[in-house]
Amino acid sequence: MNFYAIKSIYKYEISRTYRTLSQSLLAPIISTILYFVVFGSALGSKIDNIEGIEYGVFIVPGLVMLSVLMQSVTNAAFAIYFPKFIGTINELLSAPVSTIDIIIGYIGASTTKSFSIGIIILITAHMIVPIKIVHPIYMLLFLFLTCFSFCSFGFIIGLWAKNFEQLNLVPMLIITPLVFLGGSFYSISMLPFFWQKISMINPVVYLISGFRWTFFDFSDFSFIISLSAIISFSILCNFIIFLMFKTGYKIRT
Amino acid sequence: MEPIISINSLCKSYKNGFIALDDVSLTINKGEIFALLGPNGAGKTTLISIITGISIPSSGEVNVKNFDVIKHPLVSKGMIGLVPQEVSIEPFETIISSVNFSRGLFGKPKDVKHIKSILKQLSLWDKRNSKIIELSGGMKRRVLIAKALSHEPEILFLDEPTAGVDVELRKDMWKIIKSLKNNGVTIILTTHYIEEAEYLADRVGFINKGKILLVEDKEILINKFGKKTLSINIDKKIISIPKTLIKYKLEIVNSGYTLIYNYNINNNKTGITSLLNDLSSENIQLKDIITNQSSLEDIFVDMVS
Repeated sequence: MNFYAIKSIYKYEISRTYRTLSQSLLAPIISTILYFVVFGSALGSKIDNIEGIEYGVFIVPGLVMLSVLMQSVTNAAFAIYFPKFIGTINELLSAPVSTIDIIIGYIGASTTKSFSIGIIILITAHMIVPIKIVHPIYMLLFLFLTCFSFCSFGFIIGLWAKNFEQLNLVPMLIITPLVFLGGSFYSISMLPFFWQKISMINPVVYLISGFRWTFFDFSDFSFIISLSAIISFSILCNFIIFLMFKTGYKIRT
Repeated sequence: MEPIISINSLCKSYKNGFIALDDVSLTINKGEIFALLGPNGAGKTTLISIITGISIPSSGEVNVKNFDVIKHPLVSKGMIGLVPQEVSIEPFETIISSVNFSRGLFGKPKDVKHIKSILKQLSLWDKRNSKIIELSGGMKRRVLIAKALSHEPEILFLDEPTAGVDVELRKDMWKIIKSLKNNGVTIILTTHYIEEAEYLADRVGFINKGKILLVEDKEILINKFGKKTLSINIDKKIISIPKTLIKYKLEIVNSGYTLIYNYNINNNKTGITSLLNDLSSENIQLKDIITNQSSLEDIFVDMVS
């Protein structure tokens, strides 16, 4: 492994975050606070407790997931798409770096950013509503795995995208609807039977359910299913990245 | 001489059928400056891209110090520095962080002394904390050279390194290239400035339409293909060549006041002495004599056309 290369890529990506701090950190935090104000305070007071949990607290895991998934995908996609766009990817391709070095450097940095955003949102939420996390270690593990897997997914999108339109296509048209319909603001069990069955084909349902379990010790599905799903997704995404670099698909001419 | 890069039967074609490289075989020797000359689209950048791992060859083999670039890419890439043709650098980074990033990418620990020396050589040290976006085109090109040299490569590819650079800076860059060669770096240079190749190169390769037309030592090439011309300025105007001078195939220019004689320096007899004697016999008085040797550019244009 090329440790100096990993360190360089990682440092470079983190410094990019500092350069765009308002966009990287403030924007997701402010939008999450707005969700709390609207759904938690304004509408939440009119909604009954769910499984004995106040609605404002219930939506915290879903809101964290909403932000983390979006940030993971867009951060990692942009991190590799921008060098492609301006041509600096040639420096990376001509350097003695392996796919593992690239994954640890780029996806590691994006994961760090998304994970930090998730934690900051949690701290912010804690200042607004009283949150108790039943399984904190599992919560951190699950958050990390979610960040890593969706950063890997975003990295694939960045490698695949030919233009900025394609770059935004997946986060806007796929991730956002899946998260909204994945139980961010409700429990799947609250849906009519037909829609419950339909929801089960949405992979994000398992993520939010698993993450919610780490907070409240209850979920729509077993935590093991959620954990297995996110680990499988990580493996699949990284396998695709390996294939793309090995074959040069969309990367090398 | 010891070969450092050997290319065997290298081909590169694209899905649309375009053949960028057609059975290219070439050897680059250790420590030399090799200039690859060719018109736009000749295949120069494609060849460099394959050697440096940016492009994938369709067939053939490239070895850098006996390491196959496909089978052992990490080893071969580590020995190479690349100054690309396009000025592509992250615009919001500072010079110093961009150069340090390149060094790290090639697996080298931070070396403040080395980076300082490169930046000073390239007159970039005072601007080290400036963002790339604030620099002129020439300075950006120097940053590319600094980035390529940051990891102390054994082999340096310079793809049009002085394009868009002013004359003074170009001469400075030539000095740097010469000093790199003196330090044992092997340099492969592509350029549109034939003057550049003529000044810097030890050997020259001509490439056109993906094929290597010729590879030769620069001096041998100029001697082998180089014609010399003798321009004879005379004191009176002549309209036609006198019979005694027809055998010299002289050309009349400058409204009849100059005669041009073409000869080959490699011939045992150039014919200059007898020509001068015959001019004297014809009572033609000489005002001035100038000799010119064809340049690499003339040879290149002849070959490509």
